[in-house]
Amino acid sequence: MKSQKETIRKILVYIRHYWWLILGSLFCAAVSVVFTLYLPILTGYAVDVMIERGRVDFVVLKELLIKMAVIILITGAAQWLMNVANNRITYLVVRDIRRDAFHKLQKLPLKYLDVHPSGDLVSRIIADVDQFADGLLMGFTQAFTGILTILGTLIFMLRMNVWITLVVVLVTPLSFFVAAFIAKKTHVMFQRQSEARGEQTGLIDEMIGNQQVVQAYGHEKKALQRFDEVNKRLEGYSLRATFFSSITNPATRFVNNLVYAGVGISGAFFAIHGRLSVGTLSCFLSYANQYTKPFNEISGVITELQNAVTCAGRVFELMEEQEEIEDAVTGGKIENATGAMEIEHVDFSYVPEKPLIQDLNLSVKPGQRVAIVGPTGCGKTTIINLIMRFYDVNRGAIKMDGKDIRSLSRENLRSQYGMVLQETWLKDGTVLENILFGRKDAAREEAIEAAKLSHAHSFIKRLPQGYDTIVKENGENLSQGQRQLLSITRVILCKPSILILDEATSSIDTRTEMQIQSAFQKLMEGRTSFIVAHRLSTIQSADIILVMKDGQIIEQGSHKELLAKKGFYANLYMSQFAG
Amino acid sequence: MVAAILELLFDDCFLTVPDEKRIGNKNMKRLLVYMKGYEKECILGPLFKLLEAGFDLTVPVVTAAIIDYGIANRDRDYIIRYGGMLVLLAIVGLACSITAQYFAAKAAVGFAARLRHALFAHVESLSFAEIDQVGTSTLITRMTSDINQVQSGVNMALRLFLRSPFIVFGAMVCAFFYDVKAALVFVVVIPLLALVIFGIMGVSMPLYKKVQGALDKVLGSTRENLTGVRVIRAFHREKEEEEEFCAENDFLAKSQLFVGKISALTNPVTYVMINLALVALLWIGGVRIDAGTLSQGQIIALINYLSQILVELVKLANTIVLSNKALACANRIESVMEIQSSLEISMEREDGLQEEGGKGQVVFDNVSMRYQGALEPSLEGVTFTAEKGQTIGIIGGTGSGKSTLVHLIPRFYDVSEGCVKVDGKDVRSYGLEELRSKIGIVMQKAVLFKGTIRDNLLWGNENASEEELREALELSQSMEFVEKKENGIQSFVEQGGRNLSGGQRQRLTIARALVRKPEILIFDDSTSALDYATDAKLRSGLKSLSYSPTIFMVSQRTSSIRHADQIIVLEDGEVIGIGKHDELLKNCQVYKEIHQSQYQDEKERKEA
Repeated sequence: MKSQKETIRKILVYIRHYWWLILGSLFCAAVSVVFTLYLPILTGYAVDVMIERGRVDFVVLKELLIKMAVIILITGAAQWLMNVANNRITYLVVRDIRRDAFHKLQKLPLKYLDVHPSGDLVSRIIADVDQFADGLLMGFTQAFTGILTILGTLIFMLRMNVWITLVVVLVTPLSFFVAAFIAKKTHVMFQRQSEARGEQTGLIDEMIGNQQVVQAYGHEKKALQRFDEVNKRLEGYSLRATFFSSITNPATRFVNNLVYAGVGISGAFFAIHGRLSVGTLSCFLSYANQYTKPFNEISGVITELQNAVTCAGRVFELMEEQEEIEDAVTGGKIENATGAMEIEHVDFSYVPEKPLIQDLNLSVKPGQRVAIVGPTGCGKTTIINLIMRFYDVNRGAIKMDGKDIRSLSRENLRSQYGMVLQETWLKDGTVLENILFGRKDAAREEAIEAAKLSHAHSFIKRLPQGYDTIVKENGENLSQGQRQLLSITRVILCKPSILILDEATSSIDTRTEMQIQSAFQKLMEGRTSFIVAHRLSTIQSADIILVMKDGQIIEQGSHKELLAKKGFYANLYMSQFAG
Repeated sequence: MVAAILELLFDDCFLTVPDEKRIGNKNMKRLLVYMKGYEKECILGPLFKLLEAGFDLTVPVVTAAIIDYGIANRDRDYIIRYGGMLVLLAIVGLACSITAQYFAAKAAVGFAARLRHALFAHVESLSFAEIDQVGTSTLITRMTSDINQVQSGVNMALRLFLRSPFIVFGAMVCAFFYDVKAALVFVVVIPLLALVIFGIMGVSMPLYKKVQGALDKVLGSTRENLTGVRVIRAFHREKEEEEEFCAENDFLAKSQLFVGKISALTNPVTYVMINLALVALLWIGGVRIDAGTLSQGQIIALINYLSQILVELVKLANTIVLSNKALACANRIESVMEIQSSLEISMEREDGLQEEGGKGQVVFDNVSMRYQGALEPSLEGVTFTAEKGQTIGIIGGTGSGKSTLVHLIPRFYDVSEGCVKVDGKDVRSYGLEELRSKIGIVMQKAVLFKGTIRDNLLWGNENASEEELREALELSQSMEFVEKKENGIQSFVEQGGRNLSGGQRQRLTIARALVRKPEILIFDDSTSALDYATDAKLRSGLKSLSYSPTIFMVSQRTSSIRHADQIIVLEDGEVIGIGKHDELLKNCQVYKEIHQSQYQDEKERKEA
């Protein structure tokens, strides 16, 4: 509850910017509700001046009708302004929230992003915010006008006749009971329906998703049998859920009709005694006709609003996650790093309970090639994460050119590196835009020069629009190797001091790799480089090979030295070529 | 009355946009086959709905009578009698409408269930070529959310499509009974209202589509930003990303506001129109009452009809929006149903033909294969013969056509030219089941299904004995980890085999293929997840199989296939080398390169 209040407070902070729109919207809503309710009264007056043949007061009628016309036009205008204002508030608030949420994403540490599935984060920023917008819009348009309508109707009715009002007020709650009763009953059925649906979707997912295997093993008939079994159950649950929930409308309409009949009968009796005019009765009847509607709608709005608050809560939760520690630039700026790196007594773990790297020490001289090998999960990529400062060390320090990397701005630090990862991420955009990603000020000629160096130029040339070919999001128009060449080109253009290759070629076949290899060789010339690889053949020319196991560096040395040592590395190496 | 209109108009149904505008009656017709057996419900549902609507139209008549006779004559009995009639109408109306809801629900749900069954069965019959083209996720959406949409569309259409027009015209007809001149107001205002409601809908719907497009862009940017977070941060491009996002986000808000302004017109304009009609009605009513051709009660009834009309027109507009959406879904489903399996075109059965070369022989005769929509063929002019019991290695770079080649044997795809023969007969002349029962295939992606390990193995052969299952587990090197499990072979495998490691999954899929004791055994690059020692044990085990299957081994590693009887080297879909390891090393440049890229240091190691 408290967190809900907290969420509402945060929503209000966003809405506050648009206070003048809200005031305007509320004012228009009030005008439109009051006039809307006033109209039946005027209609009643009009009916009252037309009694029977020869007894119609045309002077008064004309006056009334002109008044009505004016009121109608004002109401229409007020309604439109209110709608426009509500749209504005909603969509602008949503825009602001999305903008801030996205900004937040840029600030979140990888510690957070790595463990939260990106689908979940996307759904918070898109789907949840959308849901929130729907709720907010509905809340604005319906909740306020609904409450106002109920109160206004009550006041207008009480002024006309207390007893008939009482009839209305007494019968109306029936419809809530009916609606609540049905909702409660159907809830269980909806739950069963969605369970069965879930089960069925799972089955579809499994069978259709792996149709190759299903067909290869001739399992189609069996799959269909299982499908039918679930389908039958789903049909049963679905029928009950659909039917019972669809009773709500007729049932509340029924209660409404009862109210109508009650008003008709009691009004008629009052009319007989001359205590109510026929026009007033007609006014009552039209009130009775719709008195329950705002109630039903408000209950709908409440669920919707609750939903909206929950969704907003999920977005705000994201927006309040701890951000990366601000840059504390105490070490000045490195213009062009020499490439010397020191790792001193570093401890690090992703989760406190599972220590990973302990007391890691390493000294890299400018221009050296450092290769990191070891079995999966031993912490190879973790070292990259640390030197890039995607994560901060728990203890010890990492130094670049003698400066603790935490004393540099992240931008300054990272601009010294050029990084190529196994996952070749390219942006939606042209080939050229992707190459210029790291240095957007570079000229087209420079990009082409870099592409020639990386051997990417020859395939780019052959693309339909050359350097202006659009790279599709999932990269279907480029092969894995081509994508990798583009990310290498991207790095070449930046002319970084230090190179980081994290499994950069492991998803490419070995022959293509050999071709890319020469691009790498050129890239590495004169640069300090860190190479993570599982294929040992790619790292033999390194100056230092770090052999990692369980977060520790267990062996260190050149390829020849390590082989001579006949230790873990030698074993690893031999096993690859045994037989 | 007017407030009711107001409330209804706030309904946010206008915010929903159908994905496709065209209303494909032709397509829907084919799906209607699945409605068979529910004719009764389809007629009774709307019929009861119409009955209820009839009662709704009677209410103003009764009210008018109460006013004109009951009140005018101070007749208490009359008032009570007619008041009672109002209650009765309410009760009967309730009964009718619940009946209608039941029939509608039954027909809609039943229809959806049948459609789902038919669609599932249909999709299962499609070949890989079609599934590749449509995409698995699309098929799943068709089968789940699209059918759900259609279900609610059918449900709603059965209830509302007749009712709303009926009330609109019924009210107009009733108005004519009371007074022809007053009824003219109806005649004028109904088409005008319809014009406004549908006009605004028509203008705003395509705009909503644009809004959806803008939202997709915002979504795309967010996703891209998250998946590329490391690269973006490494190149410190956060600010630019943010600027880009803000531009898209602003554009989204702008388009939402624009279309919002237009659709916000619906309520006020219809409100103004219907109430100006009311003003006109009151004026004409005054004149007619003065002339003595209309009574007070009747004018009240007319006012009542007027308000009913607006309510129903709005409902109708919403119904149309929703059914449009449902129709779009139905069309999409229909287009899946229309896909014919390309494999259905079988050749004449060649039962009479002698099986040459014995069981397990596979012949590729000048085979070419081009995927649908692809510019270049994936295989071209492939010719070779695999004799029974031989091991065929297939090697080449990514995209060279290795998988395509082996997928032609169980006829996952059809050749574009030439033919593939198994046991001397064209694969297209077999029944699919008959052909595939000869083959055991281990896919690149190790897929297991929810159930026990045993259940999964039985996919290979339902009638396999425990002994045979054990053998398969042993041979596939799975026994050691299966035995370690608490329930052994009865251990539960979660969906997709999540609770097993990649290597374990792979070994079980191999076991599954072995349980089948197939004539032809295919490994589609499926041993790369195995470490070298396991791979070697597996290969030597395969050699000792008593039924000596023909083995196809697709691999990227020369070490996995170097002992094969024949090695086929593929590049860009063409065979550029065929022979034994040593031969290829001598006369096939590409093979030599592949080998060297993996063994460039083997010599070095030997020297060391």
